[in-house]
Amino acid sequence: MLSPQKNLDTYYLEARRDLLEVAAMLDRYDRSVEKEGQKAEDESRLNSLLEAMSFLSEKDCPKSNRAEQLLVHFAKVS
Amino acid sequence: MQIIQPHYHAIARTAQDYERMAMSGVVAVCEPAFWAGFDRRFPETFIDYFAQISEFEPTRAAEFGIRHYCWVAVNPKEAENTELTQEVLRQMPEFLEKPTCLGVGETGLHKSTKNEIDALQAHVEIAMKHDQLVLIHTPHLSDKAHGTKIVLEVLAGMDVNPDKIWIDHVEEQTIEPVLDAGYWAGMTLYPVTKCSPRRSVDILEKYSTERLLVNSSADWGPSDPFTLQESIVEFRRRGHSLQEAVEIYHNNPCRFLGQNPKWDIKPITISEE
Repeated sequence: MLSPQKNLDTYYLEARRDLLEVAAMLDRYDRSVEKEGQKAEDESRLNSLLEAMSFLSEKDCPKSNRAEQLLVHFAKVS
Repeated sequence: MQIIQPHYHAIARTAQDYERMAMSGVVAVCEPAFWAGFDRRFPETFIDYFAQISEFEPTRAAEFGIRHYCWVAVNPKEAENTELTQEVLRQMPEFLEKPTCLGVGETGLHKSTKNEIDALQAHVEIAMKHDQLVLIHTPHLSDKAHGTKIVLEVLAGMDVNPDKIWIDHVEEQTIEPVLDAGYWAGMTLYPVTKCSPRRSVDILEKYSTERLLVNSSADWGPSDPFTLQESIVEFRRRGHSLQEAVEIYHNNPCRFLGQNPKWDIKPITISEE
C-alpha cells in the first residue's frame, strides 16, 4: 500500500479531474434548465448526486468505506 | 468529417498515431515547438529541432496524407537560460521563412518569472516585426489564472494585432478575459490535467465559437491525440449539426491559420447532411 502522502500525490489530479467533470455536469444541467425554462420531471438522480457529494465532504469515515456507502446510496435511485 | 489538429507535438508520437488520425479524418496537424522534457543546453539543439519539425516531420505526415505545419519558439520552461534564449531568437527568423512554418510558438509562461516574461515579450516582438502569427502557452493547474492574467497584461502593453494571437490551454476560469481582449482562445484536451472533451463542448455551447480552437493533447507525457475526436463525438451527440462541427473543428483553424498565406486549406461547407 502507498504511504498517505504518496496516495494523495498519486491520485489527487485524477480526483480533481473527476470532480471537475461532476461540476461541469451540474452546470450543464443548470444551463439546460435555464434554456428550457423548466426543471427535469424527475430530479431524483440530481438529488442523489448532491447527497452523495454532501456525504463525501465529511473528512472522517471510520470504516474507510465511502465507495461502499455510495453504492448503497446510489442503489436507491433507478 | 475533415478535422484539423491545431496543436500536435508529432515528434513525440508514433507513425501509428498518424495512421489512425488519417483514418479518423484528420487532414492537417500543426506542431508548435515544445519542451523536450529536459532543459536543452545549446542553441544548436533548438536549431536541429526546428529543422526536424519544419523539414523532416512534414515528410513523415505526408506518408499518411496529412499536411504538417510547425511553429518555432523557445519554450517558457527554458526561458531562465537567457543567453540560450537570445541566441535562439537571433536565429529564429530563418525558420519563419520555411514553407510550412506558421509563426512563433509556443511561447508564453510557465512559472511567470521575470525571465519568462522577458522572453515572451521578445518572442511577440519578433512575431510582430515579421508579421507572424503567435501561439501563447498559458501555465498549468494552479498557476493558470495568474499566468493568463500576466500574459494579457504583457500583450496589452505591446503593439499587437489580437486577431493574430492565439492564447492556448484556456479553461473555464480563463476563457472570458482572453476572448474579451479580442484574442483567439484554444482548449487543449488532456486525459487528466487540463480541459476534457465534455467540458470543451460545454465551453463551445456557452460562448460564441467564432474565435475558439480545440486541440487534442499530443506530446511525450500522458496525453491522447484522440481527445479531439472525443470532443467532436460529444458535440454531435448533443445534437449539433455536422456543419456546426465542421465550423469549429476544421474551419476555425483555417480562419486563424489562414492569416498566414502558407496555410492553403480553405474552410469547407457541407452541401447536404
